[in-house]
Amino acid sequence: MALLSKKDSKLVLDPLADNNPITIQVLGICSALAITAELKASVVMALSVLFVLSMGNVAISLLRNIIPSKIRIIVQLVVVAALVIIVDQVLKAFAYELSKTLSVFVGLIITNCIIMGRFEAFALGNGPKKAFLDGIGNALGYGIILVIVGFFRELLGSGTLFGFKVLGDPVTKTGLYAIGYENNGFMIIPPAALIVLGVIIWVQRSKNRALIEEA
Amino acid sequence: MKDKLHQLKLKYEGKKMAPAFNALHTFLYTPNETTHSGAHVRGADDLKRTMNTVIMALVPCLIFGMFNAGYQQYIAINGAPENFSLFNDFLTWSNFLVGLTTILPLVIVSYGIGLGIEFLFAVIKGHEVEEGYLVTGMLVPLIVPVDTPLWMLAIAVAFGVVIGKEVFGGTGMNILNPALTIRAFLFFAYPTWMSGDKVWVHGAVDGLTKAGSADAISGETILGSLAQGTSNLSYSLSDMFYGFIPGSVGETSKILILLGALFLIFSKIASWRIIVSGVLGALAMGLIFNGIVDAGWLPTYSKFYTLMSFPYWQHLLVGGLAFGIVFMATDPVTGSQTNRGKWIYGFLIGFMSVMIRVFNPGYPEGVFLAILLMNVFAPTIDHYVVRGNIKKRLKRLKTATIYPKTSDEVDSLKTETA
Repeated sequence: MALLSKKDSKLVLDPLADNNPITIQVLGICSALAITAELKASVVMALSVLFVLSMGNVAISLLRNIIPSKIRIIVQLVVVAALVIIVDQVLKAFAYELSKTLSVFVGLIITNCIIMGRFEAFALGNGPKKAFLDGIGNALGYGIILVIVGFFRELLGSGTLFGFKVLGDPVTKTGLYAIGYENNGFMIIPPAALIVLGVIIWVQRSKNRALIEEA
Repeated sequence: MKDKLHQLKLKYEGKKMAPAFNALHTFLYTPNETTHSGAHVRGADDLKRTMNTVIMALVPCLIFGMFNAGYQQYIAINGAPENFSLFNDFLTWSNFLVGLTTILPLVIVSYGIGLGIEFLFAVIKGHEVEEGYLVTGMLVPLIVPVDTPLWMLAIAVAFGVVIGKEVFGGTGMNILNPALTIRAFLFFAYPTWMSGDKVWVHGAVDGLTKAGSADAISGETILGSLAQGTSNLSYSLSDMFYGFIPGSVGETSKILILLGALFLIFSKIASWRIIVSGVLGALAMGLIFNGIVDAGWLPTYSKFYTLMSFPYWQHLLVGGLAFGIVFMATDPVTGSQTNRGKWIYGFLIGFMSVMIRVFNPGYPEGVFLAILLMNVFAPTIDHYVVRGNIKKRLKRLKTATIYPKTSDEVDSLKTETA
């Protein structure tokens, strides 16, 4: 990456794997469980968080020297709430069905601990460019897990991907369903996301043993 | 032959595939060493003795299940025989053959997949294969409906063994009973195959028809029909007790389960405390429900009415409650370890099983959920039992008159026990 210095590209790439907000820091689990039954919802959620986190990080970083530290949490909340309302309104205007699927979870991005965590831990102490890259990196790290979980849950639970019937039609019995395959109803319910997430964490830590915490 | 295998084992010690070879070796012959570690080993005997005893107690249930599978199909097609005779109608070769051809594949898939994964993990981890799956593998075919598709069973077994057991560190480390994890996975993943009126009779799903009529076979379990509000049952109490009713493969015959329970208690494999308190818990909850109905607090149009007015002691005769309490709740790994803890643990299992049965018609079989829930709570129960015991002893120490030589010794005693 010629565009970014080594340090800057680390800001983007680190949260994708070795410092992933979901699998390593175990933040933002609630939305990861709730909206990953469909791949489409996962992608939209990931994009929403990408927008909110990168813009919010920049805004907080620009304001960092004039925010009195006693009221900084309130200021952060105002910034993130404003951004979330923009996302929510855009979704309602252009993707109404999807915004109904995501329901309250778009609004709950405000309380997503990844966002407040990055504001507190990074944006308050770094310049806008770095804060922007950090926001992009963490949102992508969050999004990548959402998409992986959503992929498996939709494929195994509904037999579709982005709504396309990739495994055949369960009603008319084509494709895999012709030989007796059935959708796994367990994958539709939120506890399945926890198990898929657990398996991702398991795989990741057995590949990189340095990530395993001391018991 | 045996000596040669021993020599081979010593020769290849430390090689990658050694655990797999040793596994086969110990499975076929008595090993030259016995179990020397494991969370649940409390005696000097080999873990395999425990496993084999449980399997021996389960075999009658399995064989009965085979006959019953054939019998249920027979009465679904031809109607119930008028003068039932055990040898002419039930213990027939044709019944047994139907059962053998449907249930044996379940057993083979269960053991094949489960032991395969155990072998795999033994090779990966480089330690000896664990015997833990021997009992689980036998329990699994007994707690599923006869017509469970084999590929579903295979997926569920893989899930149960990997997520329910291996991720926690294998046999002896698991929090949840693996067999019940498998059952729960099947129930939530493929609910249409685990409940309803089709799955309990072999061939019903494919729509085998009754001779001379166009009706498809329908074999609802007793709990299922109770949950739907049918109170006049077509099965007599002795049918329920001896097990000539539809249900999961091994759970129907209460007399064989009772014999199995006695066998396990006398061989000191299963805890009699858990079994007795489990039965007491189920009776207590049943009595409470009966009491509510008798007091007239529940209107007859309530959807709980049929199940709540079901005589309290008959809850033990239907469904998998008895099977669960005897063979699953007593799992020494996932149950409570302390004696007082066992009483609480067993009681709550019985209590909640009946509660789930009545209050959630979607899960007519509450026992597997109740046991899984209590599996999670077992360590907490033990913790408080142990704490309570420490407190009691401290109190005794405080009120006791101690005649120490010096006052220092009192202090050291107190710090030791604090």
